[in-house]
Amino acid sequence: MRVAVVGAGPAGVRAVEQLVRAGLRPVWIDEAPDGGGRIYQRPPAGFHRTPKALYGWEGGRAAALHATLDALKPQVDWRPETLVWNIQPGLLDPGRLDTVRDGAVEQLGFDAAILCTGAMDRVIPIPGWTLPGVTAMGAAQIALKTQGCAIGRRVAFVGSGPLLWLVAYQYMKSGAGIAAVIDTTPWRTKLHALAGLRDGAATLAKGAWYVARLRAAGILVREGATPIAIEGEDGVTGLRWRDASGVEQRLDCDALALGWGVRPETQLADLAGVPMRFDAPSHLWVPQRDAAGRSAVPGLYLAGDGAGIGGADVAEMAGARAALALQEDAGMKADVELATRLDRRLHAQARFRAALDRAFPFPARLAATMPDATILCRCEAVRAGELRQAARADAATGAAPEVNRAKAFTRIGMGRCQGRICGAAASAVLADALGCDVTEVGRLRGQAPVKPLPMPMPIPAGTP
Amino acid sequence: MSGVVETEVLVIGGGGAGCSTALHLALRGAKVVLLERGLVGSQASGANYGGVRQQGRHPAELPIAKRSHAIWQDLPRLLGTDCEFVATGHLKLARSAADEADLVAYLDVARDYQLPVRFLDRATLHRDYPWLGASVVAASFAPEDGSANPRLLSPALAQAARAAGAAIREQIQVTACRHENGRFVVEAGDAVFHADTLVNTAGFWGGQVAEWFGEPVPVRPHTPNMGVTEPIPYFIRPNIGVAGGGIYLRQIPRGNVIFGGGRGTGDPAVPFSRATPEATLAAMRKAVEIVPSLAGVSVIRSWSGIDGMMPDGIPVVGPSSTTPGLFHAFGFSGHGFQLGPAIGAILSELVLDGRTDVPLEPLSIRRFQTTP
Amino acid sequence: MRQEVALRLVRLVDQDRPEISFTFEDRAMTARQGDTLLTAILAGDGAFLRESEFGDGHRAGFCLMGACQDCRVVLEGSGRVRACTTLLQPGMRVRRA
Repeated sequence: MRVAVVGAGPAGVRAVEQLVRAGLRPVWIDEAPDGGGRIYQRPPAGFHRTPKALYGWEGGRAAALHATLDALKPQVDWRPETLVWNIQPGLLDPGRLDTVRDGAVEQLGFDAAILCTGAMDRVIPIPGWTLPGVTAMGAAQIALKTQGCAIGRRVAFVGSGPLLWLVAYQYMKSGAGIAAVIDTTPWRTKLHALAGLRDGAATLAKGAWYVARLRAAGILVREGATPIAIEGEDGVTGLRWRDASGVEQRLDCDALALGWGVRPETQLADLAGVPMRFDAPSHLWVPQRDAAGRSAVPGLYLAGDGAGIGGADVAEMAGARAALALQEDAGMKADVELATRLDRRLHAQARFRAALDRAFPFPARLAATMPDATILCRCEAVRAGELRQAARADAATGAAPEVNRAKAFTRIGMGRCQGRICGAAASAVLADALGCDVTEVGRLRGQAPVKPLPMPMPIPAGTP
Repeated sequence: MSGVVETEVLVIGGGGAGCSTALHLALRGAKVVLLERGLVGSQASGANYGGVRQQGRHPAELPIAKRSHAIWQDLPRLLGTDCEFVATGHLKLARSAADEADLVAYLDVARDYQLPVRFLDRATLHRDYPWLGASVVAASFAPEDGSANPRLLSPALAQAARAAGAAIREQIQVTACRHENGRFVVEAGDAVFHADTLVNTAGFWGGQVAEWFGEPVPVRPHTPNMGVTEPIPYFIRPNIGVAGGGIYLRQIPRGNVIFGGGRGTGDPAVPFSRATPEATLAAMRKAVEIVPSLAGVSVIRSWSGIDGMMPDGIPVVGPSSTTPGLFHAFGFSGHGFQLGPAIGAILSELVLDGRTDVPLEPLSIRRFQTTP
Repeated sequence: MRQEVALRLVRLVDQDRPEISFTFEDRAMTARQGDTLLTAILAGDGAFLRESEFGDGHRAGFCLMGACQDCRVVLEGSGRVRACTTLLQPGMRVRRA
């Protein structure tokens, strides 16, 4: 049986571990050179901070995952620095993955595949967000983690979610200059959602600990605040924002990180024909799967944040569980005891996830009410006003009733990133302009290639 | 909505041909209802390459193409948008002596139809277009041709039709049609439509409509494979085709290079269509042969849509051979985008005047009828 | 005299790596082994990675994880690449896209 695993983050590593344990030798594909996913991404050779320094409280988990990953590489068909740019699900014929590595394309057949495609930052465009110096929240962390750099000398952190506190704290500890931490969620929202749960209380406690240390260092931390606009000409010079009492404020900064949690990378699942559903608590479109990771497409399994946001620990469990499901479905002898244990623990985690979603709600109003002049789609430089125009019944093309039609009319989400960055905000703006629920305008469909695919380069002279 | 809807003209299919038919009929005061299974322009009309060319068209199509050319230039007045139509010229390339001979032979056709086309020998061609690959040996250039944005045309035609009084009904699928007591009865969704005249502009699915009226045709689904690159500085001004086919490409002033070649995959029953990796990769290789500086430029999206392909590669346009009051315009075989705007004008004449000046005999559905 | 350009990325930790030379916009620059092209350019005085094709100003990357595609540069011999996922090699010649 040919099994493929896409992704070598927490879910992918634990999936492959179980497949190898069952005697399989999967093809294992990852875009990064050294696996680990985004959360446990390793710096290139030549860096030497310890896992504790790189990953904080998760240092032990990261080190364990890396050790497993490295031990598995020789036991599988390991293909790093490889993009799966297209997937054709196996229905009657075997499935196929189209890959590209350094310009060389290849097609791989599979009987079963586990997609562990991970997540990326969820951002809301605000005026000025395309300026040099503005990055996604995760990007600010990646710069520090994998390159040892801060994104500026005086960085403002804007958004909400556990990552906001963590990255600001990591910057402070590394000696970076911090202008402010602007949290759009009021403290009481977080408190109400999290206080009653064991894991929730721990998250709150961590957050309070980070915030206390930031404040102790004299850093401005504000909750329940709203960003208005990023200022600057050739780069960031400041942020205008509104405090919890509605008073407009301004601060100086030369860099700014933006983020409201993360969203799943669902392009491959979408292309494979996995049905998607809108998960209201997280305000995200997620691929449908059962608790063990089975999708409605035979032979296709989903695990980790790419299958719905659960975080790294859940991803490790889900990866292992999906691999066991694959074995069960293939008529192999699977570790039933482990499967049962994982099911129980995954189920228990679901309550905590729901509380996190309530604690850090997606500020849909902030997205829906962005000024007309805001660049909404940064790839194609489409402004919010152009999208609102496409929702008007008297537009030359008539009103776009859903987001893919709006894409057709305005080019929103039509650029290099295929709407990964602006999709959620575009739906919020369109739904608001049409006066309908955000689920009614749908989601941007994926199209191959899921990331840019280069036209072939000429073969250098003298190559045999 | 359930119940019976009475109208003068019912149009089945909201592609370019159907929407322009609804528009031209409504502009002349006819009561018209258009039924579209999805959203207007969802299939071939919206997913095509966007080429607007007369060069290379079959002589049977040229009179329609010429009439369409005039309408294309008039779109801002007609629709309130130019649908990004730009007359950049169409450059058809030859890569062999045989292809070159084909281009030369077409010059006579073009002359007969007063279509301006200029032959470019190798030296002139590479002087004027220094970015072309060495494998190109000659070309013919049609300055009136160009390209437009296919995603805009059908919706804009439909919107103008609405403004002129037509009813454009989307998300409603026709499930049965018949001619009863001199009127057409069409079942769609929860409703039944009664009409004096029926227009079949249902693309590939037009074959089903024709079959309902006892005139089956050998139409096949056609799924052109399309792709687009990231934006790069604008340098490819003409729309580029190649004698013998296999690759066509154009660059829009925003910078993206749109290219097509080969077949995607699809299922008209769903309907569903998609580019295939094999066709996309093959088209990418061919694109780099034609324009070597595209090497290292990335493709960011691929797609397809379902068109109707006739065995002789030209559409069915004209009155039904079995049923008075039924008119066909389908099976555009990849040529419908440019022809669409004129199709509506011509069909509105057939419907309201009983005649048109455009010769349609070579496109008649009768050409597929086997003599009993 | 060249105008002073603010460095976008600030090197904080793990920076005791060998220096590497490369060119950006035909100008000689140095960076460190293990830098991505994005880091090499923006921790130096490269200022920005590309001009938006649509006239709305400079861009200097955004997601740093290969998703947003906003950090594209032209790498001689390779075409258009993502600066955030391409590791710097000695002698690379890089231009703004």
